[in-house]
Amino acid sequence: MKIRQLSLFLENRPGQLRFPCKVLGEAGIDILTMSLADTAQFGILRLVVKDWQRAKEVLEAAGVVVNVTEVLAVDVPDRPGGLASVLEAFEKAGVGVEYMYAWGERERGRHATLLFRLEDPDRAAKLLQAAGVKLVASDELFARASA
Amino acid sequence: MSTQWNDAPGGFHPASAPDFLPRRELGRLQLGRLQSVVSRAYARVALFRRRMEELDVSPADVRSLEDLARLPFTVKTDLRDTYPFGLFASPMEEIVRLHASSGTTGKPIVVAYTEADLRVWTSVMVRTFAACGLHRGDVIQNAYGYGLFTGGLGAHYGAEALGATVIPISGGNTERQLMVLQDFRVTAICCTPSYMLHLVERARDSGISFERLKVGVFGAEPWSQEMRRHIEEAAGIRAHDIYGLSEIIGPGVGIECERRDGLHLFEDHFYPEIIDPESGAVLPDGVEGELVLTTLSKEAMPMIRYRTRDITALLPERCACGRTVRRIRRIGRRSDDMLIIRGVNVFPSQIEAALLAVEGTLPHYQIVLDRVHGLDELEVQVEVTPEVFSDVIGALEVLRRRLEAAIDHVVGIRAKVTLVAPRTLARSEGKAKRVVDRRNI
Repeated sequence: MKIRQLSLFLENRPGQLRFPCKVLGEAGIDILTMSLADTAQFGILRLVVKDWQRAKEVLEAAGVVVNVTEVLAVDVPDRPGGLASVLEAFEKAGVGVEYMYAWGERERGRHATLLFRLEDPDRAAKLLQAAGVKLVASDELFARASA
Repeated sequence: MSTQWNDAPGGFHPASAPDFLPRRELGRLQLGRLQSVVSRAYARVALFRRRMEELDVSPADVRSLEDLARLPFTVKTDLRDTYPFGLFASPMEEIVRLHASSGTTGKPIVVAYTEADLRVWTSVMVRTFAACGLHRGDVIQNAYGYGLFTGGLGAHYGAEALGATVIPISGGNTERQLMVLQDFRVTAICCTPSYMLHLVERARDSGISFERLKVGVFGAEPWSQEMRRHIEEAAGIRAHDIYGLSEIIGPGVGIECERRDGLHLFEDHFYPEIIDPESGAVLPDGVEGELVLTTLSKEAMPMIRYRTRDITALLPERCACGRTVRRIRRIGRRSDDMLIIRGVNVFPSQIEAALLAVEGTLPHYQIVLDRVHGLDELEVQVEVTPEVFSDVIGALEVLRRRLEAAIDHVVGIRAKVTLVAPRTLARSEGKAKRVVDRRNI
């Protein structure tokens, strides 16, 4: 159920974001979605690609610090209040959210997909499934991306 | 004897008499004191006795001042290795004061004084202030830190014994410093030169002028002639360079007289040698090398041939002020990697110890020193490693703060830690450049 996400350390100065993107581009690796967190001093670029092992290899070979973390992909009803209802299930299950960002595509009117970084992904996955939250497996997610 | 000091009121104080001793008389005094301090150290301090026995010399072998060269050196790590009281030559019942300064690792270096030691310290500080042209009636603002640091109390008691009025304001709080400087009709100030620069700038911003201030006694960190000129012009004062180190006594080892052409050493108490830092051989006057000092009268903690790591030369010519005690050239550099930041001794190895304590392994790092508004700023850039990298911002902020706290704990001054990407810090010939000093000293 879990999706592998790569987190990259970036210094807060010009050119730092372009460099890993260029490295992945030259290796022919497609970035499916990404999110950038920043502080005054540094940033963390989080991204999802299909072949995370190869992406990690080429990035590390280029001198980038890469951390692999697991996130859960959740289909959220594409209607007002849709996200609130899902988060209510999180709350009832006692699952804390570290951060979240959107998956690139959505099926308008049906669902949008969000990626959640949760405190204990394995435990969270069980609790959320039990609570009726729709988790999307990586195969399906990537299949949607190539469709 | 020259009468130059008569031209400058206050240049002489009864305590200054030894500054003007005929050289032969000074030499006799030095030899007598040297013989007794070597005997004392040999009899009472295990480390000195063992070192001398290893070289097969005894106190009886010291028959001239030249024989001092036969004795072993003492180095800063000896003080650390015998922490806290291992080099004391007096029982605690006779020790009336302890001070401490930072050492090469987490532990400080502890120094001790008997009542007689404090009298000597006070007397050399009286001679220091007198050489700067200060006397009874002067109002001295002592902005050196009071506490374990020797600067504050050393200057304090010397200024009082001189008969001057002392304002024990200690360091920091620039607004209050400027208010006191103006309202209390201060005529002389003691602080680090970089802090004086800051005071000058802030005073200019606030439209404050130092009308009565005439003398500054600046030390505890290296400073350039350009900085002196700037301070003297901006504040309208005469700036004197003062030299000292806790291991020897604190401030009061040497001072520039009104000629400000080298620092007179109070060599009736602190005997100087200049050595080749590589071979340890004694060099003649006028040749640059490492300053080595022997305390001739210290009771609680005698130092035999203490290697200061400061690079200078003994000036061969007699000073025009009439003082017979020799002078050293102003100190601009050291023979080791010690940094002086806001008057505090810092070794890169201390920063390493702090980083290692937090991360478990030593990351690549670089120490960047800068001077902002006259104050030294310490930044430590640390490369992020896969081991410590977390994809949660909060965790990286926690890491940064832990590194800052660890450095503060070991070094005793606040550092700004910046996390940088791997391989961004310059490496030359495979070896990292550990220190970038942008302070323009």
